[in-house]
Amino acid sequence: MKEIGILYDRIRWEEKAIIRASKKLSLAPKLVDSKEIYIDTLESIEKLKRRFGQLVIQRCVSYFRGLHATAVLENAGLPVINSFNVSLICGNKLFTTLALTKAGVPVPKTFLAFTEEGTLRGLEKLGYPAVMKPVVGSWGRLVALVKDKDSAQALVESRKEMRNALLQIYYLQEYVERPPRDIRVMVIGDEVVAASYRYSPEDEWRTNVARGGLSKPCPVTSELEEIAMKAAHAVGGGVLAVDCMESPDKILVHEVNGTVEFRGLSSTSRINIAEKIVEYAVEVARG
Amino acid sequence: MNQKCPECYAELEIPDDVISGEIVSCPDCGMDYEVRMKEGEEIELIPAEIEGEDWGE
Repeated sequence: MKEIGILYDRIRWEEKAIIRASKKLSLAPKLVDSKEIYIDTLESIEKLKRRFGQLVIQRCVSYFRGLHATAVLENAGLPVINSFNVSLICGNKLFTTLALTKAGVPVPKTFLAFTEEGTLRGLEKLGYPAVMKPVVGSWGRLVALVKDKDSAQALVESRKEMRNALLQIYYLQEYVERPPRDIRVMVIGDEVVAASYRYSPEDEWRTNVARGGLSKPCPVTSELEEIAMKAAHAVGGGVLAVDCMESPDKILVHEVNGTVEFRGLSSTSRINIAEKIVEYAVEVARG
Repeated sequence: MNQKCPECYAELEIPDDVISGEIVSCPDCGMDYEVRMKEGEEIELIPAEIEGEDWGE
């Protein structure tokens, strides 16, 4: 029986679904807790396969932990889903925006700044209200809707206090007029698997399920399919969640997630997403 | 298979199909624990990691 590695740091609903799907597809899931491992960077691929399985689905909730483990495993020749490059791009909002822009995928207008002065000038140019996000981070954490210069100044000041190098990078974006929802499209390899609307909860503008956002079924139109596919390819392809916004004149992609949480989406779709992920991983490992 | 919360000694319910790495929360004090399966049926409760800035999707 083929052993499929699941590299994790927390067992969430999604990891349990992937474990179940692996067993159903006659694979032996090998659970590896990233918090307990050490890896010799010169380890042979045979030894790594014994510890991690013949292929690895990387599911760490910590972005940097997953990224660095992927770097070592992939370097030794072990197939990892998602690949290092895809994880690197998707874990950083700026890198994602650049990859999408290069591929001609419509994105919201985005500026980069490093200081209070640069941020305030950038926001002035974008116009208020605007959106300020950290380049690394999820679940809507520290994502702010900036209504005016005073709140921008307060936000920059508090981020300066946080003494974190990554938080001194300011990713500034135009606020897109949209319905109180966004669209999550799940792409696995060359297939759009499912889509859902994510409605923001009451008294909240962010739509993240982690913030109480509610998933509802969303039809996959040909426009949506084309944009999601293009976005997925732009970041290198794999198991991805493409998050889109409905601006008044077109669909914009604002994020592509590389370690997808698909519980919300699963509640709106009959498709077994975990099974699709495992099937895809096996296919990639086969080459 | 219930356990005592290491923090406040309240009764902590552990699901029968628990997997190593799963998080259980104490209903009394709210502390989160990661379940570690040891040899046999033995279970160890380790304080769960605090959410990091790089956590998420």
